[in-house]
Amino acid sequence: MKKVPIRFRLNGIDRELDVEPADTLLEVLRDRLGVKSPKTGCDHGDCGTCTVFLDGRTARSCLVLAAEADGCDIVTLEGISRDPSPLMHQLAKHNSFQCGFCAPGVVLSATELLRANPHPTRREIQEAIAGNLCRCTGYTPILEGIEAAIEAAAIEAATIETTAAERSLP
Amino acid sequence: MTELEPLVRAPLDTKVVGHSAQRIDGWEKVTGAARFADDLEFGPGLLHACIVESPHAHARILNIDTRAAEKLPGVVRVITGKDFPYRFGLYMQDRHIFAQDRVRFVGEQVAAVIACDPRTAARAAALVQVEYEPLPAVLDAVQAMEPDATLLHPGLGAYEHVPWFFPRAATNIAHWRKIRKGSVEDGFREADVVLEDTYRVPRYAHCAIEPHSMTGLFDAAGRLTVWSASQSPFTQRHLFAQALSPLGLSHKDVRVVTPYVGGGFGGKAGVSCEILAAALATAVPGQPVKVMWSRAQEFYNTYQRQGVVAKLKLGVKRDGSITALQHQLYWDAGAYVEYGANVVNAVGLSATGPYRIDNVSIDSVCVYTNLPPGGPYRGFGYSEFFFGLESHINRAAQAINMDPVAFRRKNAIREGDTLAYGAHMNPNGLQEAIDRTAAAIGWGTRQQSEDPHKAIGKSLVLFWKAPAMPPNASSSAFLKFNEDGSLNILISGMEIGQGLLTAMAQIASEILTVPVSKIRVETPDTDRNPYEWQTVASHVTWGCGNAVKNAATDAREQIFALVERACGIDKDSLYLEDEKVKSRFRAGWELPLRDFVISGIQVPDNTFKGGPIMGRGMFMPEFSSAVSDPETGQGGHPNVHYTTGAGGIVIEIDRQTGKTTVLKAVLAVDVGKAINPDLINGQITGGLLQGLATALYEDMRFDENGRLLNPNFSDYKIPTALDIPGEVIPIIIETAQPDGPFGARGMGEHTMIPAAAMVANAIEDAVGVRLHSMPLTAEKIALA
Repeated sequence: MKKVPIRFRLNGIDRELDVEPADTLLEVLRDRLGVKSPKTGCDHGDCGTCTVFLDGRTARSCLVLAAEADGCDIVTLEGISRDPSPLMHQLAKHNSFQCGFCAPGVVLSATELLRANPHPTRREIQEAIAGNLCRCTGYTPILEGIEAAIEAAAIEAATIETTAAERSLP
Repeated sequence: MTELEPLVRAPLDTKVVGHSAQRIDGWEKVTGAARFADDLEFGPGLLHACIVESPHAHARILNIDTRAAEKLPGVVRVITGKDFPYRFGLYMQDRHIFAQDRVRFVGEQVAAVIACDPRTAARAAALVQVEYEPLPAVLDAVQAMEPDATLLHPGLGAYEHVPWFFPRAATNIAHWRKIRKGSVEDGFREADVVLEDTYRVPRYAHCAIEPHSMTGLFDAAGRLTVWSASQSPFTQRHLFAQALSPLGLSHKDVRVVTPYVGGGFGGKAGVSCEILAAALATAVPGQPVKVMWSRAQEFYNTYQRQGVVAKLKLGVKRDGSITALQHQLYWDAGAYVEYGANVVNAVGLSATGPYRIDNVSIDSVCVYTNLPPGGPYRGFGYSEFFFGLESHINRAAQAINMDPVAFRRKNAIREGDTLAYGAHMNPNGLQEAIDRTAAAIGWGTRQQSEDPHKAIGKSLVLFWKAPAMPPNASSSAFLKFNEDGSLNILISGMEIGQGLLTAMAQIASEILTVPVSKIRVETPDTDRNPYEWQTVASHVTWGCGNAVKNAATDAREQIFALVERACGIDKDSLYLEDEKVKSRFRAGWELPLRDFVISGIQVPDNTFKGGPIMGRGMFMPEFSSAVSDPETGQGGHPNVHYTTGAGGIVIEIDRQTGKTTVLKAVLAVDVGKAINPDLINGQITGGLLQGLATALYEDMRFDENGRLLNPNFSDYKIPTALDIPGEVIPIIIETAQPDGPFGARGMGEHTMIPAAAMVANAIEDAVGVRLHSMPLTAEKIALA
């Protein structure tokens, strides 16, 4: 079959390559470009282990054809891990993951949530990661890690505000 | 102001063990740096295999025509059963690598195409023509025991198996574990109430999120390496070497490498599809070949949790004592039982549950059926039998008008009590587990729902489980110091999410005073890491933990002997503190480990004494024996110990729809010693949810031809983050296991075991409905 030339930005670097029309984005990321954080879990969009950011929104890379990603900005956990977020530190600190296979997808889904809504309720967090299946943890340790990150961010924000208020004193 | 009572705790005698620590693999996993089997790179020469599967549950193979497949460009080899006429199996060699003359379940591997890329392999696999003669399929265990049932394994009588199995040739009964203790006839005669009923449990799937992935390479020099997602690297090496020994392979030629495992739960124990990569690699020497299991294959061609029909008969007196138990379990073990028969065996030994019962009769029967092979799944048969047993215990208490918690407290097993097979019960904190669980769910107070259409119910059940393993299953560890005083520990216990690497680092840290942050524990490579039987049975904290503790102690003794020899200080005066050797005789004298653990100690004549410090440790239970009387099960010591505990639950049921919501789930487990309490809490929240899902909605459905109808996550629902209990309360109890590392015993599987019975009894408490078959769905409740 005729190959399709595509170009996209992957973790901040422009990439150009030829793909088969049937290649999924997940296959191209893992097998052609060596990006291994998105995992193959079900190949049907059910489990969420293949989650990546596609133009700033989470997408299941097993359901996206590589050719569809032409011109897109793709960020995987590898891209985020270059400058680890406070969320990631809290997830590690709270032993949020066990086998860790779902971790890349969960980290991206939670990152997307906190960018859009820095103060979500527990229910909103549950909804945000409901598309990422985890068989090990019972989810509670993951929710606790995310909530700790929200709390830490709130404390930091309050500290900055207090400092600013103090500075404005005559 | 009321004064708060201080929490009473035993004085902490450990600095690292017993304290929550961050997982040493946590950061690797959060950053995506952790590598799993499917993430490994094998270069452009990597070949891919696609499996040709049986569409029949039972059929004779008449002919396989591979010519069309072989002609497809990109196809390297097509393999059939003729290429590998070898049997394998963990406890009984009843499987072939590829089907030979017949297939026994839908999805069984009949042939394989090896090609340059996965799509070509799949296209070619569709071109392999297999001619079948369908045979009657036996899909029900009880029917399979009928005298005129179609035989699945006419050769059963000749299969090699472990000495504690009792197959019956010319039947579908692969193993029959009998336990006879006292006289059940006398016991039932003595009873005021005798209660009989039947409970049914369907099959379940592990659903680790990582599918099986295995790559084999057989090099030109005759060395076979397999990289696999596995809980059992050494058992795999052993079974590969055994099965492929006709090719001239010996154990030293076989290497198994297992990176991080994305969830096991028993599904990656032993050897199932992994043998395909080993065998196929030998067919294409010099080229790596990969076998990647799809999600559907994960469901229908790995191990499944076996279904069971359990007939219970329990005799009780009005004073609340149990006089006799008869427990008959008929297991739908599937087409091959090389691993699953030991699930049946384990249940046979322990199907009394944690109760003191003088008169016991247990029959646990392993029956071949034309469904996928049964095998180990977290709980190893205990979740299944506890559904019936703990349902029945509640009903017995009701029959004599006794509070079900008081009934359990009265009959709960205690240290020294005689077990069903004649050995004695280990120390345990079961009574404490009952008391604390009852308090946590507010047992004795009835709760009303704010919604008049809803009812609230509670229950408390007990559980126990022993590691099911050969009596001589062993663990070993190497421990190597580095130039900076940091440590690498080599074990072959597997990190499958439970946190083994961290727990092992904590044990070594406790003895050698090297902080956990300076310890790396390596995942297994059978060439490099020492032997471990398997990471199953909740035994590695205990077994591998003892090996690591022994290795660390060995290193410490080497250090003390060296310091005595080089510095002239009596070694009995030496101790370790903050990564330094110190002496009780010389205040202020200290020698940092990093100064000498590799390079030795310089003595006055400027020569050096010593050299790299390497600890070695191993552990094997030397008191265990699996040989006993086949008719009574008496005479052996098959189980090393039991971990016990209690589970409690508070649920709310919608009276109209039958929908159950879990408001609170409690699990109290006697871990002996919590090496890392936070990781234990993680096991509890995870295992409970896995168990609650089997109780409430998971269910494998087969059609009348033995085809699995729901091999995907759309039709076989596992819990999402929205499906968790309102509250989970983990309770850790510590009654030391005398032979455990720092008193620890295993607890990973136990968190799942009580869940189904918890729900069943709470449903009855809430709405008065007694369900006899799992799952306990809203539909069943609403229709009852």
